[in-house]
Amino acid sequence: MTSDTPRQLIACAVLATALALLPIVAPNPYYLDLATKACLAAVVCIGLNLLSGYAGQLSLGHAAFFGVGAYASAILCAKVGITPVVAMLAGCLISAGIAYVMARTVLRLKGHYLAMATLAFGVIISIVLNREVALTGGPDGMSVPRFNLFGYRTTGVWAGYGLAAVALVLAVRTAIVFVNSRVGRALRAIGDSEVAAEGLGIDIARYKTGVFVISAVFASVAGSIFAHADRFVSPAEAGFMRSVEFVAMIVIGGLGSVAGSIVGATLLTLLPQLLAGFDHYRHFLTGLILILIMIFMPAGIVPTLLASGRALHDRYRPFGRSARSVTGRTSEG
Amino acid sequence: MRSFLKNIGTSVLAATLAAGGLLAATGASAQQRPIRIGAFTATTGGASFLGDPQEKTLRLYVDKINKAGGVLGRKLELFIYDSAGDARQAVTYTRRLIEDNEVDIIIGGSATGESMAVIPIVEEAQIPFISLSGGNVVVEPVRKWVFKTPGSDRMAVSKIYTDMKARGFSKAAVISGDGGFDKSCQKEAVTVAKTMGIAIVADEVYAQADTDMTPQFTRIAGAKPDAIVGCGFGLGGVITVRNHRQITPQIPLYFTHGVGSQQFVEGARGAAENVRITVSPLLVAEQLDDSDPQKKTLLEYTKEYQEKFGEKPAAFGGFSYDALHIALAAMQRAGGTDKAKVRDEIERTKNFIGIDGIFNMSPTDHMGLDFNTAFRLTEIKNNGWHLVK
Repeated sequence: MTSDTPRQLIACAVLATALALLPIVAPNPYYLDLATKACLAAVVCIGLNLLSGYAGQLSLGHAAFFGVGAYASAILCAKVGITPVVAMLAGCLISAGIAYVMARTVLRLKGHYLAMATLAFGVIISIVLNREVALTGGPDGMSVPRFNLFGYRTTGVWAGYGLAAVALVLAVRTAIVFVNSRVGRALRAIGDSEVAAEGLGIDIARYKTGVFVISAVFASVAGSIFAHADRFVSPAEAGFMRSVEFVAMIVIGGLGSVAGSIVGATLLTLLPQLLAGFDHYRHFLTGLILILIMIFMPAGIVPTLLASGRALHDRYRPFGRSARSVTGRTSEG
Repeated sequence: MRSFLKNIGTSVLAATLAAGGLLAATGASAQQRPIRIGAFTATTGGASFLGDPQEKTLRLYVDKINKAGGVLGRKLELFIYDSAGDARQAVTYTRRLIEDNEVDIIIGGSATGESMAVIPIVEEAQIPFISLSGGNVVVEPVRKWVFKTPGSDRMAVSKIYTDMKARGFSKAAVISGDGGFDKSCQKEAVTVAKTMGIAIVADEVYAQADTDMTPQFTRIAGAKPDAIVGCGFGLGGVITVRNHRQITPQIPLYFTHGVGSQQFVEGARGAAENVRITVSPLLVAEQLDDSDPQKKTLLEYTKEYQEKFGEKPAAFGGFSYDALHIALAAMQRAGGTDKAKVRDEIERTKNFIGIDGIFNMSPTDHMGLDFNTAFRLTEIKNNGWHLVK
């Protein structure tokens, strides 16, 4: 695994360059707005993929952490007047706190029960955001001040995109380091078999709690940036459908793959826009495309393509078989 | 990683092509360009009962106006997207309309949340936006580029209180659900009561999913109001009238426009009898006096919509009829699509006879309706709507 690190560093650099070049080739701010949303979804998905793809835990409430981050930024900036960076950090702390408490109680649960518990948590957050009208503006949402850094006020989609792009690169870097560390290997062991991992002396509860907290913080940061980028938040952002969307993104992109998280998030963000011209057939086409991907690429887009790439590579090197295994990992949950 | 690079490569290619297309487009003569109408409605999702007739109405009239030669000698081109009532999608589509489709005006926002979400964008881009949302917050405070056509809860509630006072009532009870629509109406019902000399003796709330409101009505019965005001729509409204019939049938019940549909009357299975409801004039077009200036427009719209889609238009479709026609009239007066001039002309809309009422906009009123024309008080009799005159 260590041999992968330089390659992954290059991948990070390529990603950063591509993100930096995008504003130059984007014909107008609308494309940047889309890119911003794709980047933010990717940040959430990378975190969620650490939890689901590596540790094998399914969360159906991740949009709630996104919502906590978004509303923490919205409320603290608009109603309390705190500077956005501090509000974002506060959102992270709140999300991390909630995730920690939840993990201590809930991550003892496995499989469907964990999914149910995170689902319930998501519903609770959604209800709170809808009902606490005085604080959150209720179902009609609330507006958010612009992002400013050390008194320098940022404007337009450019700023939102910049923040989202930086967050994405940082998330990718963090995730890669994390995955290749001892912790990452421990998580993979838990994902494969909890009993075996425990037998190897891995403190399952501690690792699960850790990864849950980290994934919650990823979602929270994305939520905070989203709030400033759109300058508006509504409870729909924390809703159940959003959580399902995030899960769909990582399953389609590839469980246990950082690149897969980005591909899945980008695809599902762009698809509705690409198909907007088809009017009423839009939903039908979206469904069809997703079903076809899952039939022909059950391990997700990135793992399947990597596997076929390696198979092709091996065919032209008859004497040296690639040492790397090409299994497409799937979640237990 | 390879697939990822490929993905990036494809998007760069797509972006380059799009940029090329844009250059080619600007090369063409700007004068003969069609007038571009941008729209986003909640055609699918929970608010589709609003968005569906709104979308159909826009398509119907853009077609019709184009067949008649367009406006200012230019054809209309409609760019319309389905926001599914989702604020985030509304934001993205609005950016798309402004930046990519380069529309001249934006109509849309079936739900109040969607409209609120796009307001910062249209204000920044300085493009006129006519919202189709009910909430007062859209035009209060007045924002330079934002207008709206639907009548508000405040006007519906004022209409109800006016009728209550005419009947000598002074004590009202309010019953509402806990959803966004209900809440907005409930808030107005309580606020307006103070200014109109009505005392609120009970303010009961039920959860959206409740199937029984007996406890709420028992408490209302104890508070002895002269009349009850219901805020709600859909199943909540149906259960409200059924429980009202069981527990407090002697107290007159009023409802706002949320239940202004035939499905409500049928779902209530007789319990809606004698309930007074503020509805869009569209619902009682045939019963209006021939002298009513709106009657002709209402009947025409109903006929044209029915011919095209085989169903009667819901009142919500009227919102986009009004928005489109106000926008086009403003462009005609402005002699073009200059955004600032069109905005000024929309603000100068006077005596525009629409579906939802008669509009008189001003720098301090970006809706321009008054409750005499925007809402008509009806009473349910024999499962039908009867205008209270």
